Amino acid sequence: MTPMQTAAVASPELLLVGATLILLVWGAFQGKASATFTFASVASLCAAAVVAVVAPLGRAFLGGLILDQGAVFSKVVIYLASAAAIPMGEGWFARRGQARFEFPILVIIAALGMGMMASAGDLISLYISVELQSLALYVLAAFERDDPKSSEAGLKYFVLGALSSGIMLYGASLVYGFAGSTRFDAIAMAMSHGAGGGALLGLVFLICGLSFKVSAAPFHMWTPDVYEGAPTPVVGFFAGAPKLAAMVLLARLLTQGFSGAVDQWRQIIVVVAILSVAVGAYTGLRQHNVKRLWAYTSIAQIGYAMVGLAAGGAMGVQSVLVFMTLYVIDVTGFFACLTVLSRAGRPMETFTDLAGLVRERPGIAIAMTFFSLSGLGLPPLSGLWGKYYVFKAAIVAGLAPAAVIALIGSVIAAYYYLRLIKVMWLDPSPGPTDRPAAEGVVIGYGAALFAFPVVLFALYAIDPLAHTAAAALIQP
Amino acid sequence: MSGILSLTTFLPLLGVAGILLVRGLAPANDERTASAARWIALATTLATFVLSVAVVATFHPSQSGFQMQEDINWFGGLRYRMGVDGISVLFVPLTAFLMPLCIAASWRSIKDRVVEYMIAFLVLETLVIGVFCALDIIVFYLFFEGQLIPMFLIIGIWGGQNRVYAAFKFFLYTLLGSVLMLAAILAMISIAHTSSIPELMRYHFSPTYQTWFWLAFFASFAVKMPMWPVHTWLPDAHVEAPTAGSVILAGILLKMGGYGFMRFSVPMFPAASVEFTPLIFALSMIAIVYTSLVAFRQDDMKKLIAYSSVAHMGFVTMGIFSGNLQGEQGAIFQMLSHGVISGALFLCVGVVYDRMHTREIAYYGGLVTKMPIYAAVFMLFTMGNVGLPGTSGFVGEILTLTGTYGVSTWTAIVAVSGVILSAMYALTLYRRIIFGQLTNPSLAAIGDLVGREAIIFLPLIVATLALGFQPRLVLSITDAATTHMVDVFHAATGR
Repeated sequence: MTPMQTAAVASPELLLVGATLILLVWGAFQGKASATFTFASVASLCAAAVVAVVAPLGRAFLGGLILDQGAVFSKVVIYLASAAAIPMGEGWFARRGQARFEFPILVIIAALGMGMMASAGDLISLYISVELQSLALYVLAAFERDDPKSSEAGLKYFVLGALSSGIMLYGASLVYGFAGSTRFDAIAMAMSHGAGGGALLGLVFLICGLSFKVSAAPFHMWTPDVYEGAPTPVVGFFAGAPKLAAMVLLARLLTQGFSGAVDQWRQIIVVVAILSVAVGAYTGLRQHNVKRLWAYTSIAQIGYAMVGLAAGGAMGVQSVLVFMTLYVIDVTGFFACLTVLSRAGRPMETFTDLAGLVRERPGIAIAMTFFSLSGLGLPPLSGLWGKYYVFKAAIVAGLAPAAVIALIGSVIAAYYYLRLIKVMWLDPSPGPTDRPAAEGVVIGYGAALFAFPVVLFALYAIDPLAHTAAAALIQP
Repeated sequence: MSGILSLTTFLPLLGVAGILLVRGLAPANDERTASAARWIALATTLATFVLSVAVVATFHPSQSGFQMQEDINWFGGLRYRMGVDGISVLFVPLTAFLMPLCIAASWRSIKDRVVEYMIAFLVLETLVIGVFCALDIIVFYLFFEGQLIPMFLIIGIWGGQNRVYAAFKFFLYTLLGSVLMLAAILAMISIAHTSSIPELMRYHFSPTYQTWFWLAFFASFAVKMPMWPVHTWLPDAHVEAPTAGSVILAGILLKMGGYGFMRFSVPMFPAASVEFTPLIFALSMIAIVYTSLVAFRQDDMKKLIAYSSVAHMGFVTMGIFSGNLQGEQGAIFQMLSHGVISGALFLCVGVVYDRMHTREIAYYGGLVTKMPIYAAVFMLFTMGNVGLPGTSGFVGEILTLTGTYGVSTWTAIVAVSGVILSAMYALTLYRRIIFGQLTNPSLAAIGDLVGREAIIFLPLIVATLALGFQPRLVLSITDAATTHMVDVFHAATGR
């Protein structure tokens, strides 16, 4: 492979690296954020999404970086979700007089890492990409420097994240030691008849590390605190795209690298899935802070995605891709709404803050109702379709009991989604709300319209795309 | 005429669009916007009713298969399929018939958030009609489950004192049933490789699968129906719902449980249906006797009628699982008749509630002197509820009882006592409200039915008597489809 070909395969990454460097210098000279700067960073992410689509498919860096349909699908979603996060965050910080040019740059670096996670073809690039995005996210969580809660969130995230990275790295070294290679396709060959003791231990460590990144139970402990403390638009960002990236990476690692050991890892994933659904549903019942609640709902949602992943095969991976894509859009829309809601300058964070919202801001309240019902999985909203794919894959793979348990979990979770709707629709409003900023309204309404009715038509396109993406992801 | 079913189903959404347009043009919370919303909703529901009559008129009663079919490709191997047969076709006009009455009944009593109220009802109408027309099991699920949202808001926003509790209870109970059904639906699709309802009816599932699927569907439909012991959400929801909400709940939403049993459980899982018939009969007997007794002890008029609905639904489940022609025909007839009569009874309660704002039975008494026309109307529907010959209530009960008698004599004998018990509670209710001395001084100024109310009751009276004297109107339409269903059932079970 010539350097030109390598560069062509890695062109989305190279574009983002270039954009980061240019923006960094530009920002350093300018010294502050500006509308043009925000626009340029959004544009570079959108450009990267376009480049990902048109770039030639192939493997670069000795198979360390794979650009296949699966990577392309994930990258487009990741880059666009990251692009949506930039105006949200800039608006939020600007309203607090803390607009800084580092925010878009950090988002782009995180997006670069996430894109690489979707493309990682060996254990080294797996680790590098995960670390790249994590380090950017740690800083983002602590971005509100003057707010002790934000700093606390950043610190907690960093310490626990470093621990999980260590576990992951140890797992990678074990797998390398027993398989003799860091490349997924070579690992697949070595493990074609199941993983032996040491390699299995390594795999378990890898799964633990990645479960931490997607905040699946029992590795979810950091999530509620970090979500509560971090700035709202940042939470909206890292509740969405990074989880999709980590799920894709996990899917590629398991269905490609460990395709021979499917019966072994399936047990682990099923347990993680059911625990996540249970923890997310049950613990969410007692939350009063909406951001904290959404931490628990995201744990439960990851549980559903894990059910699909446990199914394995093209169908299971396809269901994960569809589910996570719809989930990312929902969660981005929800936090877009939450970011721009405030009463007398104080952002709304608790249930009491949201009381009677439908009278004050009917549009935003209806959008948030859509996202809640979608999370609950009620037809005809997008969340149901995600669940439809996931549970269908699980049942076809013979995991009906896990699917039924997860479905019952969704009934328990229904209670807190309903409580949110009840607060917004049935409770009296304590007073007038501030005028919401335009960027949140646009993104929120857009995502709500996607949740219903656009999704009913968008799935025409998403379904086959996710299908080819999944077929590529599982192919060694 | 293809496309008429989709047109009937989605026409109410056009009304929603109209209301939103008016709302968008005019300032919010304006009395004129509210008035426009009422008129648009009424016009849309009436137009839907006309269309639903056209559906019945173009329906060929002699054919047993599905008619007016629509089939459009959707994503991921799913298809949008619509169609009706003799079992489902009459529920479409029943829904469309009750909806304009509900809108009219809420004309004055709903003053708060009228726009949202009308939108919720129109959306609900689309979803209910869709349930009866869907020929794809996923499309069915979409319509079936989607109703939770508007019903949650109707009970939760416009209900009475304890509305939030009732709305949550209603939602969570029904959701638990439906998610189990969803799991079964996905499993059925993965086994049979089709989501088309007619093809699934022809597919023979193995007995083990039948048992599991039957139980999952039972979980959903029994809650919806509702059957004892999962009926407890119903009285709460009824008491707290606004009058029109109760009419829709009792008149239409409960029927979806029975319809589901007839459409899915019996034809798709015949062996399991036979296996579980004793369970259904036992639960039906308990429902008929026990909830009738419970109804007798109620102090709240709506609660009394709600419990009586549970008892009447007992006849329906009994008839459906008798597996013979009388039973099936009777079950459909009983559902239609109960839709009209219970709807009318809730409207009767609504009449006095709008005036006095209490549903406590002890508060009333001696209304006959002040409201003679109301007394006569209430009398007719009370008799219908009791099952007096000449009203529609009689036909459904006698047919389901005959059908059950052929299968299980003891069940029929126990169930007959339900007829007596229903006379007991219904006539007692009537006596305590209408007759006796007018002792409560606040009732002195109560007025009789006004023109709007009389117009609402008129079609209901006509329907009750017409179905009572001419049951053929219904039975001739349902005949071919139920005969076919019973034949297939007998062939599958050898019973």
